[in-house]
Amino acid sequence: MNVANAIAVFAGLLLIWQLVVWIFHVPPYMLPSPLAVSRVAISRSSSLLASLSITAVESAGGLVASIIVGVLIALVFAQFRWVRRTLYPYTILLQTVPIVAVAPLILMWIGGGTPAVAFIAFIISLAPIIANTTQGLISVEENLVHLFLMHSASPAQILFKLRLPYAVPSLFVGIRIASGIAVIGAITGELYAGSSRIGAGGLGYSILYASSQLQTDYLFALVAAATVLGFAFFFLVMFFEWYFLHRWHESARAQEST
Amino acid sequence: MTPPQIDFANVGKSYGNSGVVLQGLDLKIQKGEFVTLIGPSGCGKSTVLKLIAGLTSPTEGTIKVNGMAPRDARETVSFIFQDATLLPWRPVGQNVGLGLELDGINKAQRREKTEALLRLVGLEKVAKFYPRELSGGMKMRVSIARALATSPRLLLMDEPFAALDEMSRDRLNEELLRLKAEQGWTGVFVTHSVEEAVFLSSEIIVLATHPGRIHKVFAIDLPFPRTAALRETAEFGALVAQVSHILRGAIAQ
Repeated sequence: MNVANAIAVFAGLLLIWQLVVWIFHVPPYMLPSPLAVSRVAISRSSSLLASLSITAVESAGGLVASIIVGVLIALVFAQFRWVRRTLYPYTILLQTVPIVAVAPLILMWIGGGTPAVAFIAFIISLAPIIANTTQGLISVEENLVHLFLMHSASPAQILFKLRLPYAVPSLFVGIRIASGIAVIGAITGELYAGSSRIGAGGLGYSILYASSQLQTDYLFALVAAATVLGFAFFFLVMFFEWYFLHRWHESARAQEST
Repeated sequence: MTPPQIDFANVGKSYGNSGVVLQGLDLKIQKGEFVTLIGPSGCGKSTVLKLIAGLTSPTEGTIKVNGMAPRDARETVSFIFQDATLLPWRPVGQNVGLGLELDGINKAQRREKTEALLRLVGLEKVAKFYPRELSGGMKMRVSIARALATSPRLLLMDEPFAALDEMSRDRLNEELLRLKAEQGWTGVFVTHSVEEAVFLSSEIIVLATHPGRIHKVFAIDLPFPRTAALRETAEFGALVAQVSHILRGAIAQ
């Protein structure tokens, strides 16, 4: 990825957008110009940042919870084949359940606000963590297992000294996928279960509010903030992946050279 | 005479419907021998090693290692696999110390032993390197050092040098014999290379296939220590030709 090129393309698109708005006199409630969006982003920066940080906390909370719970479930799946065979299909359920449909239930059970939204982000990001980590844990080379058996290693030693480190690259594949959908999950969750108290609404809630008030310029600023948040999560995960893997794993090596 | 270190009595191995892998194997290996198993693919050479290691069980007959069931004898047995099977997330030193770590040896003793072994295989300079930074030959040396770290009485080797270029393979063969002379373990080796088998072994067991069984046992009476120069002697060449001939007989059957 060439950063300079990417920035140039982005600047070019903004310029075209600005020109289209100017030349065709597009009304601001239909399509505000980039300049108008940045003006409102600055003038309302405190509420924008407040919404951003709420959504960031919700999605990070959901993601961290899904990593902890997902890895624990994957460890059980790897250790007991019959549990895996029996329960694995239900993890697909996690992916297919429409968040829109269960949000009212969650709202009913644990009330609205940050915990409910984090819970939605957690549910939606759990499946890729479980699937990828389990795959990594069970695909250890047979000879490595034999090596451990030759030293009379206990099942716990095989799990923690062999399978778990072996699965870390796969775990990161899962986290990378989960980090993106955790943010989306949090924003979607906020539409239904987010707090509407003044100053306590996240990006999702604010988007809903801005669109109902035809504050299209602020709506665009919120969408941009949501995008930035997704990017930030992605690069944070990339950094951790590099930090933990670059010394020994080929995939992390490959990223370095691109 | 002392009882053999490895004793197979009428050992057979078959897998469900897929047929008989080994049949009627009577095999005795004495302490201090270097025995090589050679034969066409599918003759069950690797299975013999796995049986000795207790990684798989015979469907017929009995196996004793040091007078015990193979699983109970594991403490004194090390296995070197075809690929180096290093843990890529551990630096070389920690890979060599793996067996000691699993056996519950404390860190200070582990370090001392690991350093000594790295010196022995000439890798003391790369102790902190990760496996992916090493060449194939170096990885195999680490694998050998790891196997020797637990002071085995019996070393099982499943085509350990098959993936290496000829130069590295020859050098590692010489090194293996040096280590054996120093440490006195018994070696059981599997290979496809007749030259390698003749160079290393005190005895070569040629296996035939369908089902896997012993075709011929052939003693190599070349004196130890053996050095690189041996490969150029007429005697060595003649033995290689003889074993190749026997091997062709095993394949033709």
